[in-house]
Amino acid sequence: MNEQQKYFWEGARAEIPLLIGVFPFGMIYGALALDAGLPIAAAQMMSSMVFAGSAQFITAQLVKDSTPGFVIVLTIAVVNLRHMLYSASLAPYLASVSTRWKMLLSYLLTDEAYAPSIIQYENEGVKPFSHWFLFGAGAALWIIWQVSTALGIFLGAAIPDSWSLDFALPLTFIAMVVPVLKNRPSVAAALSAGCVALAAGSLPYKLGLIVAALVGIAIGIFLEKRMNATPDEKPSIHALRESLDE
Amino acid sequence: MNIWLVMLVGGLITFGMRFSLIYAFGKLHIPETMRKALHYVPPAVLSAIVFPELFIRSGRVDVSLDNHRLLAGLFAVIVAWASRNTLVTILAGMLALFIVQTVLK
Repeated sequence: MNEQQKYFWEGARAEIPLLIGVFPFGMIYGALALDAGLPIAAAQMMSSMVFAGSAQFITAQLVKDSTPGFVIVLTIAVVNLRHMLYSASLAPYLASVSTRWKMLLSYLLTDEAYAPSIIQYENEGVKPFSHWFLFGAGAALWIIWQVSTALGIFLGAAIPDSWSLDFALPLTFIAMVVPVLKNRPSVAAALSAGCVALAAGSLPYKLGLIVAALVGIAIGIFLEKRMNATPDEKPSIHALRESLDE
Repeated sequence: MNIWLVMLVGGLITFGMRFSLIYAFGKLHIPETMRKALHYVPPAVLSAIVFPELFIRSGRVDVSLDNHRLLAGLFAVIVAWASRNTLVTILAGMLALFIVQTVLK
């Protein structure tokens, strides 16, 4: 086995614990996207065109609520902003690879591919073929995401309408939001955004969503400044390790 | 709304953000305010989506026992807090909605 293959399989192997969590998530996405009214082809293709779990769930919900396209796109942009942090954090380790490689690895750069890769690079440093590690982790995730989406679409089509499956989307968001409510500013951000969303529900083009999100973010930053309680700025390597061990 | 156009533009934006600093390494930096703001994106965006789903019934805010989704949603919040598990939360919330709909009919 040459160096490229060695790093590729190491990356894929490091991804396995995360894949166990990703698989049911992909299935739920597939079933819910179909239930939200997306055509089968679109529900499947979103997993490769956007390739970002939470943004895909949110898009499904917004399509169901007949939100205008530009508001959906704006929301995807806000939700995926965090990828710029991952991009910044991996950039020094990928500085020497070709632009083509940078494009491929950027396409594959999700939360789940970032986590094991940054740990690998911070521990081992840059080796001639170490970008194959991120490629292996990203490729393993990509394949599992496509397969689990397809399986979810297939099974979702068999679930009867009487099950109120559409309620599973807000439940998914509840499961995502509750664990991030770690301090007072984030709780305030959540509550204020929620209340503004209720009050601004009648704004045209569903712009209430964007207004609510911006108000929540602003209140979070404002309270954080006032409390002077600064949470960790960078995703810490310890937190990542813990999440990998789970 | 064309779903394919939304996915194409949304995908290009997502790719652009992932590619941005890997490509412009050393030339571009993330402003401090944006780093701070990123902490509050998940709670703000997700709550802005969840609140109307739970509270608004037939176009109006409904805080009563007739609002089954609100009751089941609040139960799911407790389960999410205790379990920190996505699957458990979804299953508990669906089950709660089913029970509430059956009992309070």
